[in-house]
Amino acid sequence: MDLLNALVAFANFVFVPAVAYGAQLALGALGVTLIYGILRFSNFAHGDTMAFGAMCTILVTWGLQSWGISAGPLPTALLALPVGIAVTALFLMATDRAVYRFYRKTRAAPVILTMASLGVMFVMNGIVRFIIGVEDINFADGARFLIGAREFREATGLDEGLAIRSTQAITVVVAAVAMALLFWFLNRTRTGKSMRAFADNEDLALLSGINPGRVVMVTWLIVAALATTAGVLYGLDKSFKAFTYFQLLLPIFASAVVGGLGSPIGAVAGGFVIAFSEVGVTYAWKKVAGYVMPENLQPDGLAQLLSTDYKIAVSFAILVLVLLFRPTGLFRGKSV
Amino acid sequence: MSDPFLIGDSMTGGYGAANILNGCTIAVEKGEIAVIVGPNGAGKSTAMKAVFGMLGLRGGQIRLEGEDITTLNPQDRVAKGMAFVPQTHNIFGSMSVQENLEMGAFLRRDDFRPTIDMVYDLFPILRDKRHQPAGELSGGQRQQVAVGRALMTQPKVLMLDEPTAGVSPIVMDELFDRIIEIARTGISILMVEQNARQALMIAHKGYVLVQGTNRFTGTGAELMADPEVRRTFLGG
Amino acid sequence: MMRNALLFALMAALFVFTGLTQSWNVALTILNMGVISAIMALGVNMQWGYAGLFNIGVMGFAALGGLAVVLVATPPVEGAMAAGGWRILGALAVGVAALVAASLVWRRLPRFRMLAVLSIIVAGFFIFRGIFDPGVAAVEAINPTIQGNLGGFGLPVLLAWPAGGILAALAAWAIGKTALGLRSDYLAIATLGIAEITLAILRNEEWLSRGVKNVIGLPRPVPYEVDLQRSTAFVDWATGFGFDPAAASSIVVKLCYLGLFAVVLALVMLLAELALHSPWGRMMRAIRDNEVAAGAMGKNVKARHLQIFIIGSAVIGIAGAMMTTLDSQLTPSAYQPLRFTFLIWVMVIVGGSGNNWGAMLGGFLIWWLWVMVEPMGASLLHTLTAPLPDGWAKAHLLDGAAHMRLLTMGIILLLVLRFSPRGLIPGR
Repeated sequence: MDLLNALVAFANFVFVPAVAYGAQLALGALGVTLIYGILRFSNFAHGDTMAFGAMCTILVTWGLQSWGISAGPLPTALLALPVGIAVTALFLMATDRAVYRFYRKTRAAPVILTMASLGVMFVMNGIVRFIIGVEDINFADGARFLIGAREFREATGLDEGLAIRSTQAITVVVAAVAMALLFWFLNRTRTGKSMRAFADNEDLALLSGINPGRVVMVTWLIVAALATTAGVLYGLDKSFKAFTYFQLLLPIFASAVVGGLGSPIGAVAGGFVIAFSEVGVTYAWKKVAGYVMPENLQPDGLAQLLSTDYKIAVSFAILVLVLLFRPTGLFRGKSV
Repeated sequence: MSDPFLIGDSMTGGYGAANILNGCTIAVEKGEIAVIVGPNGAGKSTAMKAVFGMLGLRGGQIRLEGEDITTLNPQDRVAKGMAFVPQTHNIFGSMSVQENLEMGAFLRRDDFRPTIDMVYDLFPILRDKRHQPAGELSGGQRQQVAVGRALMTQPKVLMLDEPTAGVSPIVMDELFDRIIEIARTGISILMVEQNARQALMIAHKGYVLVQGTNRFTGTGAELMADPEVRRTFLGG
Repeated sequence: MMRNALLFALMAALFVFTGLTQSWNVALTILNMGVISAIMALGVNMQWGYAGLFNIGVMGFAALGGLAVVLVATPPVEGAMAAGGWRILGALAVGVAALVAASLVWRRLPRFRMLAVLSIIVAGFFIFRGIFDPGVAAVEAINPTIQGNLGGFGLPVLLAWPAGGILAALAAWAIGKTALGLRSDYLAIATLGIAEITLAILRNEEWLSRGVKNVIGLPRPVPYEVDLQRSTAFVDWATGFGFDPAAASSIVVKLCYLGLFAVVLALVMLLAELALHSPWGRMMRAIRDNEVAAGAMGKNVKARHLQIFIIGSAVIGIAGAMMTTLDSQLTPSAYQPLRFTFLIWVMVIVGGSGNNWGAMLGGFLIWWLWVMVEPMGASLLHTLTAPLPDGWAKAHLLDGAAHMRLLTMGIILLLVLRFSPRGLIPGR
């Protein structure tokens, strides 16, 4: 019984939040890794792209809500998501046209493109703050919980409750669908394969008649979809605040590097590695330990390895370890 | 005399201000094998790239079946029926053998499965390894993938830049056999080779380039028999 | 040469213009921060312009400089060392020892080294926390409303400037060891990380920096305005010139700061120029232009990169310490990457990467713009929205003016990068 309680406490405070967070990071890291693989630069504007996409979606959500349209138990934001993706895609393609394309044509060093992405980040950040402000915005509506803690306790008779918020469930489901679609696209369709070919060997892709303009366009489209979805899911799960998306940049990059920059499957694995480490290291294990350990061995403190303020240190520490011991990442991305 | 099938006529050009090619002419007839040999730095690979449009020319012309294609970019030349196998980085290493071939056929809208079968018949080992990432294959097998990818466009001309670089002598002989086989199907072959002796043995036409100009031109057999060519370029 | 002199003259004219139209007080405030920005820009320019290193952790190195001021200049908190300070230092020593042991084991042990290293790190962590936590609790319990930290050495605040440089250099050494020699973006990501962590530490470790409670009233290297106003000599002097003593005191204080800062800027500039034109500087540029060729000629590219990365970061640390001194307080929550890191980058790119004079000019110019764009944007929006009826839309637009400058800076960066990538004063 104690073991079951411990398991439930673990699931409630560690497993479920980490899975949801990991899914959000994985979606973000997928975008970073695709841009890295195909357009060959580290896009520092990615966090703000997520914020931009989420903002568009929130605006549409407000519109829908004011017309009385809702998705029943699901958040209205899911209905608004396609519009948010479309607007973000248009914006990204416009940025590509105005900024990145020039450097691609002149074959500039990747670091120049990265630098340009800093400028884009500034601009996007300004736009987002200008349009929607810097306040905390909570736009989740619909049912709060898939499983409530009390119902769970009553149904199982355990002391510990397991609460799964509907936003967490939605995050996992939507992320899973998005990833499945992406992998199907990359591995099964002609366009997807041509993107992988372009990422692998640009010159040979050109010799095979693959149109680089089209590959770049499709890449931005997918990146817009991934970033907007990630941004909206993160916003639903926590709340929307322009600045927090900038702070997601480090865990997202850490996820992509841990998995191996340029490797989509690595980005997903990296996202979960980072999320589980972050949640695991900053969780106060006292409760779980209280069930499993004998009375006299129980910790007297919170049994928390690091305070939650240091969760960024966790991504960073993992990043440093990977850079030191395996710079190509778990799934052998590109390191050049 | 009518134009050869493909000709790079009096080509002049280079990367910077200096010319690497100084009016050299390279041509190949339908279904024949033409080989470019010469010392290091003679401009062999550059001549090849010029024919394929990867290098701007200051003078001269490229004609395919009598049509002037000098101003076309490489992608358009692919559409015209030319295929090029670079010396290095000539496969998609992270993709399977089968996907490499599919990418070769990227521009084709018809059913290209017969062509894939044709490539597998030509290089049977690739059929067994079709689901392996091409980057994990041996050097010789990778060259086969590279040639196979180029064949997927059903080209009229196949251009090979040192196809036997870095492969063992046995594999080299095998690869030359396959190249002869490809030429017999009516595809013209233009290639640059370091292994001049073996290459000239299978060549219908040979070009010896020195400093971007044609030093000797003749059939493979003629060049092999020419004492000066033997002494200077074939090591006796 | 003519052109550069003209650019600097224009820059000076901008500040004079600000002084004439607004007030000399405002102009000097902007100028003082401009000097600090210019020094930071010089530090970034060494890394980027000399060596092509992409450091986006400027904020972190500046914050370390700020921390140095607290550690050097504040008086020690009485009883703090006895209460828990020694425990804390001991704990930190244990932590470092564990890391050193782990790295030795990793290098020496033939087998099971992953396991051994992991157990050393985990054991080390728990011992560290066991010693550390009670010490922290004891220190933070001392007079928590105004102290609750260890305090510093009570030394003259000017000593904090080089100390800030040393702190930043140490952090740069650690990060450079890890991320240099890999592709350039990795250094960027790693520096982003170290900056965030430095900040997390400053915000949370109250025993060190009082966290979000801020350290206020840091000692100043220049006289206080109130003291000047109380001094009859000063009041007589000011009124003798027909100045208002209150205004004059604040301007004199700012001029004193300006003098100190100008000395540092001149020193950094002199050393940077001497270095750039020395054989060492030529080697750096050779490496930047062709790493492979320089490596083939026997230059140790990674070691040279580490060197320049440490030096540049130290310069940023010094500037960070100067800034905290100017503010006389350390407010960890005020360190924002947008302002510290990216603004400095805009300065370097706009000024001219690879050219010290360009970086300096960029520092002054962009800081001036950064301060002035907001009022300019606000007045522009006021004019534009004047015909609109009052209401939500108008209020929203006017609120948004505050964020206009981010947008402006981004656009400036993109435009310069695209159309004039060598900047106002190009490097050679």
